[in-house]
Amino acid sequence: MTDSRPDKLASIDGIAEGLAAAGYIATRQICTAVHIARHLDKPILVEGPAGVGKTELALATAGFLGLPLVRLQCYEGLDESKALYEWKYGKQLLYTQILKEKLTDLLDDAKGLEKSLERLHGFDDIFFSEQFLEPRPLLKALREPAGAVLLIDEIDKADEEFEAFLLEVLSAHQVSIPEIGTVKASVPPVAFLTSNNTRELGDALKRRCLHLHIDFPDARLETRIVESRVPGISARLKRELIAFVQGLRGIDLKKQPSVAETIDWARVLLLLHAEHLDSELVRDTLNVLLKFESDIEAAGAQLHELTRKARQEGERFADAANA
Amino acid sequence: MQPTLEAFVRALRGADVPVTIGESIDAAKAVAHVGYDDRQRLKDTLGLILAKTVDEKHRFDTCFELFFDRDAPAAFEADKPDDMAGDGPADGLPLADMLTEGDMAGLTAAMETAAAASGVAEIRFASQRGLLARRLLDAMGLRDLEAAIAQGQRGGQPGGMARAQMLERGRSYLLDEARAYVDRQYALYAAPASRSLREQFLADARLSAIPRHEFATMERVVRRLAKRIAAKHSRRHKQTKRGQLDVRHMLRRNVGHDGVPFDIVWKHRKRDRAKVVAICDVSRSVAAAAQFLLMFLYALHDVIADIHAFAFSDRLVEVGGILGEHAVEPAIEQVLKEIGFGVTDYGRALADFIDGWPGLIDRRTTVIIMGDGRSNDTNPRVDLLAEIAQRSKQLIWLNPEPRNFWGSGDSEMPRYAPHCRLARTCNTVKQLERTVDELLRAYD
Repeated sequence: MTDSRPDKLASIDGIAEGLAAAGYIATRQICTAVHIARHLDKPILVEGPAGVGKTELALATAGFLGLPLVRLQCYEGLDESKALYEWKYGKQLLYTQILKEKLTDLLDDAKGLEKSLERLHGFDDIFFSEQFLEPRPLLKALREPAGAVLLIDEIDKADEEFEAFLLEVLSAHQVSIPEIGTVKASVPPVAFLTSNNTRELGDALKRRCLHLHIDFPDARLETRIVESRVPGISARLKRELIAFVQGLRGIDLKKQPSVAETIDWARVLLLLHAEHLDSELVRDTLNVLLKFESDIEAAGAQLHELTRKARQEGERFADAANA
Repeated sequence: MQPTLEAFVRALRGADVPVTIGESIDAAKAVAHVGYDDRQRLKDTLGLILAKTVDEKHRFDTCFELFFDRDAPAAFEADKPDDMAGDGPADGLPLADMLTEGDMAGLTAAMETAAAASGVAEIRFASQRGLLARRLLDAMGLRDLEAAIAQGQRGGQPGGMARAQMLERGRSYLLDEARAYVDRQYALYAAPASRSLREQFLADARLSAIPRHEFATMERVVRRLAKRIAAKHSRRHKQTKRGQLDVRHMLRRNVGHDGVPFDIVWKHRKRDRAKVVAICDVSRSVAAAAQFLLMFLYALHDVIADIHAFAFSDRLVEVGGILGEHAVEPAIEQVLKEIGFGVTDYGRALADFIDGWPGLIDRRTTVIIMGDGRSNDTNPRVDLLAEIAQRSKQLIWLNPEPRNFWGSGDSEMPRYAPHCRLARTCNTVKQLERTVDELLRAYD
């Protein structure tokens, strides 16, 4: 079962096809990244604007490889008890309460404090064994017998200390649990880290990762993405909406519309049975693309012009198709 | 590691992309795996491993194009004269043969070998270019070629003249190529080195002594400094004190469990977000330093969210808006045009500040005053400064004048300084960095 993995990641073209089958249209660079990551056994740090498919890449890779996806969402204050493992404190407490009488029985014949303590030493490991261990995402990913795809999402939201803690997991594929010992992955997980760049990540972490920067796609790639995600849409409308979105990215906006928004918009247009873009339709649905009031205002002045250009693009495409 | 890759890593480091040894080993492994045959794939692979920020990616792209550009030299057309058709290689010169055959791959390879032998990659200064080009050609065997040309021109052999003309053209073609090659090497290795040398010099130079034409370089230095400071201090604002129980909270939360502590609550402390008020003197006496202080203010404006910037000569004006809206140079020019180069009056400016923005200072605020403290013998209003110092978290005074000038003439520094947590000379970029670092550390 594990043998299927190296094969699937052995060629860059194969990766592109596999990801496409899983619904992710990847650039050549992304496929190369996955391929090299496999070869060097290194995690991939994915950066880029929100909504260009950073998280989606990990999901698609898991789908394509047929491996379970283990996801760790980072946030401020995340520490190893949430990320790696935790002792089931409540359960331990409950058990000691229940076993209280048993303990008295056990210690009954032991005379003196020292003797009792000695006898207790014989049992203390019971409460720090696997039964009381609550595995969190990182440990889960390492213990997955066939390997896993590990997604550490929005690492920039976590603290610097946590980054340092990740180093062992990412470079040696192992973690140390003081009470039990070192847990090492039999099959190293394919790891993805994503970052929205809200803060600069540490050099130590960056050095251990491949750095993949995904930017907004060009018109051709975006067309293919919409094609794969929103299959029912007509070719001409697709042309128009992509030309429009690409034009919109040229304006100075607070938050530019990304692929996720384009797909949403395409779905909305499909739902409204639109055949063409027109200014009114665009104005009514613009809040799908732009999420800030100031952006909608800024785009408002140029809506008409952008729509006209998008229609032209659509006509050009239709003419070419007829000819 | 392959020498090509090694040279490329060196060029990258020169272009300000820090590559560690570990990364270059990874790169070598990856390249051994993907090979050199597909240029785009090679670029993607190396880019993934060696460049780790968006900025670095851009620099990497430029450097990659420059470095691997050498495989496309202008083609040289041999156009053999007909009467030479049967003529084999007459003089057994490999260089001449390659020229007659139009063997571009061979010529390129020969040039690479010769370049390695003559140490072109060691180039440091623009003035070395001519010499190194000549040395490169010598290593390729140009002297023999020239001898062959001379021999052909002297006549004797049939078709010798035509061949000599052809070789002559080949020679000037080689000259051009060698020069272009050396220029590329210069751009790769030497230009970045001398640039970083210049930047280093600027970081140590006195602000008032920096020539106008270095403005752009200076801006880059200052911007990088501001970014470094921001990266260092943009940490989270709530910190768990690990291992310390918050007993009070814990007991309250576990009342439902009969006081048995099922839910554990740890202590944590909150960190203050840096809040900065910067007041910059732009009057005539500090004219030279003023624009750099403004530049720094501008850079800070980009990296600290909560900053209020003011400038004054005699009246105080808020300049945050101007700095926020314009690019650095026009912003500074506009500020200087509006209020710059006037007659200083510190007392009035302080009064303006207290009257105009009374709510701005609280116990989280750092107030930075940048100026020489020369108030033209007007009332310095030390009482107002004392009030600011009392209400703020800390008051810092950056003075472009050296300390032994403080107090001479109309300088009020000795009266101002006791109220500042920190009053120090600040006339180089390095001092600026140290001070601001210290300022922000108060919030950690």
